[in-house]
Amino acid sequence: MIEAPKRSLPGMGMARGLWVTIYTMVKTIFLPGKHLATVNYPVVKETPVPRARGVIALDQEACTVCMLCARQCPDWCIYIEGHKEEKEPDKPGGRIKVRNTLDRFDIDYALCMYCGICVEVCPFDALFWSPEYEYSESNMGGMLHDMDRLQDWLLTVPENPALEK
Amino acid sequence: MTSFLTDLFSNFWVSLAGKLLIVALMIPLVGMVIGFAEMKLSAKMQARVGPYFAGGRWGWAQLIADGVKFFQKEDLIPAEADRPVFKLAPVLVLVSTVALLVVIPFGPDLIFRDLSVGVFFALAISSLSTIGILMAGWSSANKYSLMGGLRAAGQLIAYELPLVLAVVGAVILAETMSMAGIVEAQVSAGYPFVIFQFVGFAVFMIAALAELTRIPFDMPIAESELVMGYLTEYSGFRFLFFFLAEFANMFTLSAIAVTLFLGGWWLPGIPDDVLAYAGPLILVAKTFLLVFIMIWFRWTFPRFREDQLQSLAWKVLVPLALANIAITAVFKVVLG
Repeated sequence: MIEAPKRSLPGMGMARGLWVTIYTMVKTIFLPGKHLATVNYPVVKETPVPRARGVIALDQEACTVCMLCARQCPDWCIYIEGHKEEKEPDKPGGRIKVRNTLDRFDIDYALCMYCGICVEVCPFDALFWSPEYEYSESNMGGMLHDMDRLQDWLLTVPENPALEK
Repeated sequence: MTSFLTDLFSNFWVSLAGKLLIVALMIPLVGMVIGFAEMKLSAKMQARVGPYFAGGRWGWAQLIADGVKFFQKEDLIPAEADRPVFKLAPVLVLVSTVALLVVIPFGPDLIFRDLSVGVFFALAISSLSTIGILMAGWSSANKYSLMGGLRAAGQLIAYELPLVLAVVGAVILAETMSMAGIVEAQVSAGYPFVIFQFVGFAVFMIAALAELTRIPFDMPIAESELVMGYLTEYSGFRFLFFFLAEFANMFTLSAIAVTLFLGGWWLPGIPDDVLAYAGPLILVAKTFLLVFIMIWFRWTFPRFREDQLQSLAWKVLVPLALANIAITAVFKVVLG
């Protein structure tokens, strides 16, 4: 609850405001290490929080090319192609196994709006949020990242934080 | 060598070219220094780092980089815009800034032109920028620009009268309207006029903030309401003109305040032969002090509403300035 300001001399509020800014300025100039509210980004880097939505990582082994993520994506920024591979049966005379194999899994981060629906919808836990955020490009086309890049980001996915009691 | 230079500069055209060159260099230089100071100081006031990398140290080249960036931008003019007016507006705003420099005495003998009606000239010319702003707002064919331009015009009604009345006290004390004469009067009186004209000085500075359309009186720009006000449709070097004019105008108006109230190029206790050389430095130092206060205010106070500015100007500043004039005049007659 915000308390109503105490009545004081006229202009005292303005004087107090001016004091806050000048005091912050002097503190920041002389003791930047202690009082800076921000970090000098490319030199100093902050650690993102574990559940930061930095980039979407892909576990290729878990993906079954079910296309649920691509169909749920509001921006249509996920491009998936796959083919069926036939595998030898486990026992001689058994049925031939059919397995879906991923050929292409691209996410166009120029379109992506980081809603996370693909991560939510994935039934096989193949998509993860990673706190990695440094993947800017100098041209728009470069924002289309392929599945190898997405696989690399899997390494940056942190362990799930413990459940809250 | 010295006589050659004196001969050279006694030629009207050479001295005119020299003065033009000085002004042409001074406006961008001062604009950049103040702009950079604003960036860096505002960062510190908000506990941020501010510009850091451009130029290698402290980010000193940040504004040069920004200027180069503005020159690379496409020169966009809206299809519905009134093109000649749209192009003329930023020039007009910058011209008023440049013309203000003419009457500011930088030293005992350093003044572009010592007009006998210097104060009057300065006040008249400084309101010219409002016409430029109104032109910019009207010609942009954009409702936000138009609202910004109209607000600037409405603001003019509020601040112009206190701005003029605040100066009258200093003029009465100095018994002259020449800017150089006012400084001479302060030198011979032995004190800066701010001691007896503090009310006039305060009213002048508040009105100057409104004239500069700076926070807390930046209603014509008002990012949260009007996008960018009269600047909305401007880009590239035309925007740069407005940008430079804002910061250079801070300098010129502060320099006028320094000249009228703070003793201009004069500091008590410094011998005359030193003053002849140190005068410009003293003036610039005092001016930057006032500019710092303007920056300080900007990053402390929120924006007024247009009607609040009107009631502040008409109910507080004008009566204060009038009372100041009356008291000053009475004391001048009784004591002088």
